[in-house]
Amino acid sequence: MTELLSGSDLCLFRGDRCLFTALEFALNTGELLVIEGPNGSGKTSFLRGIAGLLEFETGTVRWSSKRVTDDYQGFRADIVWLSHKVGCKADLNLLENLRFESGLRATDEARLQAVLERLSLSRLTELPLRSLSAGQQRRVALARLLLARARIWMMDEPFTNLDKAGHSLVEELISEHLADGGGCIVASHQALNVDGSTRRVSLQ
Amino acid sequence: MNQPTLNMPSLSSGFLSVVRRDVLLAWKRPGDVLNPLFFFAMVSTLFPLAVGPSSEELAFSGPGVVWVAALLAALLSLNSLFMSDFEDGSLDQLILSPQPLPMTALAKALAHWLITGLPLVLVSPLVAITFQMPAQTISVMMVTLTFGTVSLSLLGSIGAALTVGLHRGTALLSLLILPLAMPILIFGARTVSLAAADDAVSAGVYFLAAYCMLTLTLAPFATAAALRISNE
Repeated sequence: MTELLSGSDLCLFRGDRCLFTALEFALNTGELLVIEGPNGSGKTSFLRGIAGLLEFETGTVRWSSKRVTDDYQGFRADIVWLSHKVGCKADLNLLENLRFESGLRATDEARLQAVLERLSLSRLTELPLRSLSAGQQRRVALARLLLARARIWMMDEPFTNLDKAGHSLVEELISEHLADGGGCIVASHQALNVDGSTRRVSLQ
Repeated sequence: MNQPTLNMPSLSSGFLSVVRRDVLLAWKRPGDVLNPLFFFAMVSTLFPLAVGPSSEELAFSGPGVVWVAALLAALLSLNSLFMSDFEDGSLDQLILSPQPLPMTALAKALAHWLITGLPLVLVSPLVAITFQMPAQTISVMMVTLTFGTVSLSLLGSIGAALTVGLHRGTALLSLLILPLAMPILIFGARTVSLAAADDAVSAGVYFLAAYCMLTLTLAPFATAAALRISNE
């Protein structure tokens, strides 16, 4: 078990309000890190801070034992980001969106087909995302997650708009990813039932 | 498990993907492309009707009007450059993709030019005919417009990146971009006037080309920095 990510002495302000100080976290391979807390406690901000979209006031985040800021591009190749927004273009169809994604990352066509198969999206490839339901759009976002082949999954409210089957699909995907040696950070207020060791960070 | 070193994608495939996606999006929503173009054609063809048919007056005002219309049309289209990406969450994905952000910014600006600048350059000869410009002047106008619109797309990407988080940032964007765009307007319009008067034009064309190179090399870095700030 090796360390994927860790952070120490993290502090974040939004405006004048201090969301947290002296926060620590660590994530090893095969582990799930759940960020808990009520609405407005800074779960999303914390996640955005780890990803480098926000800057922490103090503290450092380390990735494979170096600072994230020292090799930010390498770090970005190793993470994939899923937020409550789909992050795909509503006017393009599923295949066009995923081909764009595989152009940005080093993936191939075979992988793309396998992902479509896995998420049972093969029938929807020709429709623009606009005409898919919110739940189906979430599945497209999940397809992007699988396509990226990144070790660290960062998920902000992954269960938004998903039905029961979708909910257990997400849990299943996370379990597979953890068994495969990946790591996963989830900000969610819903219970997760995942095989693999789970760490928790609570925000007030 | 995959090693991160194996995961690094090629620069060119990422660059082309962004350009291809934006052009494809414009193709599926042609209104975004046609609006600025329509504005450009309207302003510059209505002007001769208002000024009067005297060919002397038209030849005098033609270059200035075409250039002002081109500048305004470019400004009109800039607001949407990063807006839809910001709203649907694609901007986060672009920033967090393993591609260098300045390259992505350059690809976005290039796609913007292909969508708005290039059609404008291609339509400009039709507009020039209404001002009774001779063929020699038209070719100079197209060259200056090409350099000018490329520079405007790149400069504009900085402004669009800075104002992406603000709603209705169009006025602010114009204020930010216009001072930097003034040299393009002055040299562009003046060079076309000189061509109409049969004077030497190379100095003006060289200046515009140099300005275009300057924006091409510096603007992507400024845009990338601006995107990181506004997306916080």
